[in-house]
Amino acid sequence: MVEAIRFRDDDVHEEPAVSLDAFLDQSNATAVRIEAGEDARLLLPLLDRLALIEVDFPVFGDGRGYSAAQILREAGYKGELRASGDVLVDQIAYMRRCGFDAFAPDAPIDARVMDKALELYEEVYQSTTDSRAPIWKRRHG
Amino acid sequence: MYQYDKYDQQMVDTRVAEFRDQVERRLAGELTEDQFKPLRLMNGLYLQLHAYMLRVAIPYGTLNSKQMRMLGHIARKYDRDYGHFTTRQNIQYNWIKLEDAPDILADLASVEMHAIQTSGNCIRNISSDQYAGAAADEIADPRPWAEILRQWSSFHPEFSYLPRKFKIAVIASDEDRAAMRLHDIGIQLVHKDGELGAKFYVGGGMGRTPMIAPEIRDFVPADELISYAEACLRVYNRYGRRDNKYKARIKILVHELGKEEYTRQVEEEFAHMKTLGLNPPVEELARIAEYFADPAFDINASDDLDLSDPDFNLWVDQNTVAHKQPGYAIATISLKPKSGIPGDASSAQIDLMADLAEQYSFDEMRVTHSQNIVLPHVKKSDLYALWQKLDEAGLAPANLDLITDSIACPGLDYCSLANARSIPLAQKISERFADLGRQRELGELKLKISGCINACGHHHAGHIGILGVDRKGTENYQLLLGGSAAEDTSLAKITGPGFDEDGVIDAIETVTDLYLKERQEDERFIDTYRRVGMAAFKEAIYG
Repeated sequence: MVEAIRFRDDDVHEEPAVSLDAFLDQSNATAVRIEAGEDARLLLPLLDRLALIEVDFPVFGDGRGYSAAQILREAGYKGELRASGDVLVDQIAYMRRCGFDAFAPDAPIDARVMDKALELYEEVYQSTTDSRAPIWKRRHG
Repeated sequence: MYQYDKYDQQMVDTRVAEFRDQVERRLAGELTEDQFKPLRLMNGLYLQLHAYMLRVAIPYGTLNSKQMRMLGHIARKYDRDYGHFTTRQNIQYNWIKLEDAPDILADLASVEMHAIQTSGNCIRNISSDQYAGAAADEIADPRPWAEILRQWSSFHPEFSYLPRKFKIAVIASDEDRAAMRLHDIGIQLVHKDGELGAKFYVGGGMGRTPMIAPEIRDFVPADELISYAEACLRVYNRYGRRDNKYKARIKILVHELGKEEYTRQVEEEFAHMKTLGLNPPVEELARIAEYFADPAFDINASDDLDLSDPDFNLWVDQNTVAHKQPGYAIATISLKPKSGIPGDASSAQIDLMADLAEQYSFDEMRVTHSQNIVLPHVKKSDLYALWQKLDEAGLAPANLDLITDSIACPGLDYCSLANARSIPLAQKISERFADLGRQRELGELKLKISGCINACGHHHAGHIGILGVDRKGTENYQLLLGGSAAEDTSLAKITGPGFDEDGVIDAIETVTDLYLKERQEDERFIDTYRRVGMAAFKEAIYG
């Protein structure tokens, strides 16, 4: 069972994430945490400053964080994008597809089950920010 | 009909393996019911009053005889020998064991079928016109577009935890046979400057707060369909309400923001989405469209029809419509026999329909949102033989679009949300109005029954709607008038205080009697109601 999961090679960013309001008010923070209802687009002018963005999932069924992640990756954000909160093993594959590359689940996750889930689908139907080629691209080159 | 390639097959096979593993973890206690629930829902497995219910997707309502026979097999092997065709062109089985579900999904995958996203807060099965590819009035076949949307929406990672369920319908004619504007997104294919594209309506739905979707864009080109749909969904996923499940559908967001503001936000997102390379090339639409090419029609088929058998004559008149190909007809098999359960079919009937489709309709069938089955391409010279075989099996009620061709939800007989029973009421109505001459005298009359305010029986869209409620512990039925799910979309209004079961049937007789008295020329019930107004009908019912 694992409590912190990371799909990045760089060092873990040590600075704690501050709230969105605090981040927008201060010029030196490099890590921010956004809550489910907050607008990820407010960060877009400031992405260069950021090394870590944490997106919270208050309950696993609240899917706003998936759009937040896509928006940040579509805008070119390259830093760590961490899903925190009610993150369950059966949602991690979709989160990876939306650009999350780190996970801080409230409850530990069975790494064996997660690895299996991540390798399960060889192909995907949609183009997302994970850059996997969708099936229609395979069909038409 | 569309056929899976290796990719499509691999996706459904993988899904079966994934769900088998999830069921094993649930049965082993590794997953709590709370954690398992969203997973089983995305595989169409509900927990109802008495057992699990499995809903199988029939994409845009189209299926072949091999698939239909598999549906019969599932009914026989895993259920109580019948299935129930639904208002979203799917089929559901009411008595499923959890431990059988993975095997059922594997059986389905063997005939290119699945139960992916037939429930849950995700994009559901795409529905369409049951006459697609056969209708004389369509400008194109809507199904290739629906198939593009099916693939795009399957396992969509960003839109699988939406505020609420999400339903999309695609049609391609001015006559709306799919309740298009009562969907979260309704798409009508249209031509603009010689190019085929999609007109978008967003924010329709029934449920507790019925709304008719407003048009938000008059034309989306084929090669921008997906990015526009993504824009509609992203605005909803980000801003749809999550504080109250009864206000979580996109119709509430569109209503609260206003059509203009919602549209503005979608356009802004669309401008961004267009740059992301989300759309399959037009070659993909062309690839899919080839599967929907016309079957090998006999170009010498005759339009002559011997109508000397009076019962056959009635069935032809009521249950067949014009086909685009001379010498052919579209035939509807009514699943609304007297005293029957609307939409139910036994495994023997399912097998027979499959055989008849193979023999007489180029191996194709459709499920309609009115819970009937269509044979889309029947040679007129075969109609009599077809009708005789249907009649022998109790599948030839000549009541398409008449008062006994009712839609009814499962109601309190099955559903844990229901307040009242729907099925026994539909059965009693079919008995009271059994006389076919009387039904035909009343003409087109869409009767729709829901057993609670969630409106699965489409009561808001009935010319006559019935809503079952719980009144101090007893079942009570409210009567509604004036709804329509067709191109003249309208929402029905409640007449007044409710009735008991027999009382509401008496009230239906009262309003139909008034219609017969008041109608002018060839007015349908709904036309007379709209001209005369609610007051006269109220007066007749309540005095």
